[in-house]
Amino acid sequence: MANSDAPAKGLLATSIGVGLATGFYGISFGALSSAAGLDLWQTMVLSLAMFSGGSQFAFVAVAAGGSGAVAAAITSAWLLGIRNGFYAVRLAPVLKLVGLKRWIGAMVTIDESLAVAIAQEKTADQRRGFWWTGAAVYLFWNSATFLGALIGDAVGKPENWGLDAAAAAAFVGLVWPRLKERQALIVAIAAVIVATAVSPFVPAGIPVLIAGSVALIVGFTNWFASSSREVQA
Amino acid sequence: MSLWAGVIIASVLVFSWKIFGAYVPQRWLEHPSIARVASLLTVALLAGLIGIQGFTNGGQIHPDARIPALLVAGVLTWRKVPFIIMVAAAAAVAAVLRAFAGWA
Repeated sequence: MANSDAPAKGLLATSIGVGLATGFYGISFGALSSAAGLDLWQTMVLSLAMFSGGSQFAFVAVAAGGSGAVAAAITSAWLLGIRNGFYAVRLAPVLKLVGLKRWIGAMVTIDESLAVAIAQEKTADQRRGFWWTGAAVYLFWNSATFLGALIGDAVGKPENWGLDAAAAAAFVGLVWPRLKERQALIVAIAAVIVATAVSPFVPAGIPVLIAGSVALIVGFTNWFASSSREVQA
Repeated sequence: MSLWAGVIIASVLVFSWKIFGAYVPQRWLEHPSIARVASLLTVALLAGLIGIQGFTNGGQIHPDARIPALLVAGVLTWRKVPFIIMVAAAAAVAAVLRAFAGWA
């Protein structure tokens, strides 16, 4: 075991596989971002600098509401990014980074790099898993975004291609893995209803933030909790 | 606010969580209700976006071809179909219903 490179090779394959799979849906992000009215470079800055799928999809969906919705788009993206902060806290004692490396590590602290890292047993593998997966996702996600944005620019009226439905479907795919606990499922259903119901009465972008308050209420009161199981950030 | 300003401010703010987490002492975020709210907030915001993106248009509730598309998306996600195929299938359902069945 000690001298074998096989586990490291397996880990590299896992990292690249996760990078490819995740990167692939960068195509849908690029296309949806174009359809929402962002130009190629705005779309690319989101993938290169924001680099967090949920926040990016949220930003373009809300910003599509017009210039009045930009502030709400910023807030939605920012709130969705909170979980990355928890991942960074979780990873800090494993990575033990200083200086510039700490900032580069922060950049690639996302769902996928955390998931591969914490699935490893040895600290050295956790570090490799984090960096390899982070690098693979960064590379493929950005390449795919570029491709998707070009496709999105070429298609014309988004509704004719069902791109508005695709955006809604993307959020289904993003939220699904987080619905294992009953509490999360109830919050999700309530949030869909609340966001939809308030939308005729408040400015664009605000319904999503009101839906977010469901999480505050249920989270702090711990209503609908399953028996004593810990919830992961 | 201009879209470019929004893109840049939002990118900086999303990164700020990541770098904040890399510097903050671990005990700050260990309280169970903080972790629980953070986790549920992700769920609530993404689910809220399903509602807005799926059932409204220009600030009005607007049921249309996106609803059958979302049903298909739900079934495919449940069947563990890869994300990009699921998203493309949802788009196709809405596009076909609009082009050939006269749906809004």
